[in-house]
Amino acid sequence: MATLLELKNLHTYYGQIHALKGIDLTVNEGEIVTLVGANGAGKSTTLRTISGIVRARSGQVLFNGQDVTQMQPHDIARMGIGHVPEGRRIFPQLTVHENLEIGAWNVKSKKDIEERIEHVFQLFPRLKERITQLGGTLSGGEQQMLAIGRALMAMPRVLLLDEPSMGLAPVLVEGIFEIIQRINEQGTTILLVEQNALMALEVAQRGYVLQTGKVVLHAPARDLLADEAVRKAYLGAH
Amino acid sequence: MASVSRGLAAPSWSLRLPPAVRWVYDYLLYPIGQMLVFIIGAAVVLTLLAYLLAALVPEPRPNIILADQISRQLPGMIISGISIGFVYAMIALGYTLVYGVLKFINFAHSEIFMVGSVVGFEIMRRIADSGTLQQWNPVVLIVTVVLVSMLVSGLLAVLIERIAYRPLRGAPRLVPLISAIGISFFLIDFVRATEAITRNDFNLRYPTDQLPWLTQSVALQFGTTTVNVKPTSFIVVGGAVLTLLALNYFVNGTKLGRGIRAVAQDQTTAALMGINVNFMISLTFFVGGAFGGAAGSLFGMNVGTVTPYVGFIPGIKAFTAAVLGGIGNITGALLGGLTLGLVEAFLNGVLVYFPALGQRYTDIFAFSVLILILIFRPSGLLGERVDEKV
Repeated sequence: MATLLELKNLHTYYGQIHALKGIDLTVNEGEIVTLVGANGAGKSTTLRTISGIVRARSGQVLFNGQDVTQMQPHDIARMGIGHVPEGRRIFPQLTVHENLEIGAWNVKSKKDIEERIEHVFQLFPRLKERITQLGGTLSGGEQQMLAIGRALMAMPRVLLLDEPSMGLAPVLVEGIFEIIQRINEQGTTILLVEQNALMALEVAQRGYVLQTGKVVLHAPARDLLADEAVRKAYLGAH
Repeated sequence: MASVSRGLAAPSWSLRLPPAVRWVYDYLLYPIGQMLVFIIGAAVVLTLLAYLLAALVPEPRPNIILADQISRQLPGMIISGISIGFVYAMIALGYTLVYGVLKFINFAHSEIFMVGSVVGFEIMRRIADSGTLQQWNPVVLIVTVVLVSMLVSGLLAVLIERIAYRPLRGAPRLVPLISAIGISFFLIDFVRATEAITRNDFNLRYPTDQLPWLTQSVALQFGTTTVNVKPTSFIVVGGAVLTLLALNYFVNGTKLGRGIRAVAQDQTTAALMGINVNFMISLTFFVGGAFGGAAGSLFGMNVGTVTPYVGFIPGIKAFTAAVLGGIGNITGALLGGLTLGLVEAFLNGVLVYFPALGQRYTDIFAFSVLILILIFRPSGLLGERVDEKV
């Protein structure tokens, strides 16, 4: 398997706070990799640093062998890194259709855009019913579908998913995880950040455990699920 | 969230109409209808208020029957109110677009308007100096003057943002505001110095006296009253309506407009979608500046003489209009501008009949409106919220 995304000794600060203290991580083409860990461990910061929203102070982000560490967020997005941000961040006053069109910002052909919108509607038929509604009027679950659909519009090679299950009813969470697997089967590599570590490790091939800005454990997801310490700390087992 | 939302745009159910019908509805019928509703609504409300005043104070001075005076002046007041209202609306758009995207009040915008009026003067003056002014087709002449001042003011606004605001983007909100005021003074003095050096005078008189079609009033008959309307009033209204329609199409009907709305609502997420946020901000300044420039040259043709100081009062009134309508809201800028223009025209017409009051006091009312709105409804007339679900 070819390495698609690689982080090398990545350090990120928020002002004085040292949020990432040397993260090393690889994501291979076709994989689902998950980052688990407690609140404030640096999971979201890792994704935000990859996308360029937060600048790394040192270290490297390599995408497909190319150093993207110092690139602008919109250029990183253009290279094929899709990011579904925490809290979905739907454009509240754009319609569902417009939100999806924005997702395909760098796609020139209108025909391609409409085809991709149709593809998103196949994944999320519910969105089609809401096509003329403003994003801000959707329910939480619908917004999550829209956020994922919007990111897929650019046909990214790797999709960064930040807490896709947050705030959703358990029934919807199952649905979202099924969709994540389907997207992966259709050829998109996925880096998944989740509070719901159990679900995340069930769909992922490999997992990284983050603690206060460092990778403390890294193993096949199956092994992490079986690991007593991990179960105790992150999976709510007693 | 006050943002560059759907502007004058038709409600989203129109997406269900067939495409051609939808285009006409979204970009012509709906915005024109909305402008008409605003004009008629504001005029009707003010007419009623004027007659109410006449009922309360029937004879403000001996032998002056207020109601009669109002009836005689009504059409004239409405026409002048609409034309000044559209000028305010066009300037207000510059404040509102930039505020919608950056949550920042560009206090140099009044000077971008001033530069537009001076550029309009320069073009007309140069054509007049070459002796060919009368040979120009009126439409071509006006379009040329307005387009060039739009271009210059638009580029100036982009330049100002790049030099004076972008480096301060992470700074506390007061800092770029002060920078804007500094830019404002700089522009006034720069234009003043340039004109003083090149023309030895900074009272810049548009050569409109050479153009009878621009200065000879048209007599319009309303019932028993005749109103003399300056042709420039029609040009101002026509120019404003056309540019507003173009803006509506740009914001709601084009990809770039969609990008601006996305950036206005959430810059970070817009960047994640591959949108170059800085480019979109520059574009917003360009469009807002261009509107200021168009308003400046139309205003210049209307009043005849401009100076480097001409921006301040219309600028601050347009800011009032933007706040009145709901800052950040494009439709609000239009409504606020028209309302303020009509209020002023009515006060201009009515105040002269009151002892110890006069037209000079009109501005007190305009700014009282600003203060009252800021106290009682800071979100403005149309500043409603669409809440985001988290």
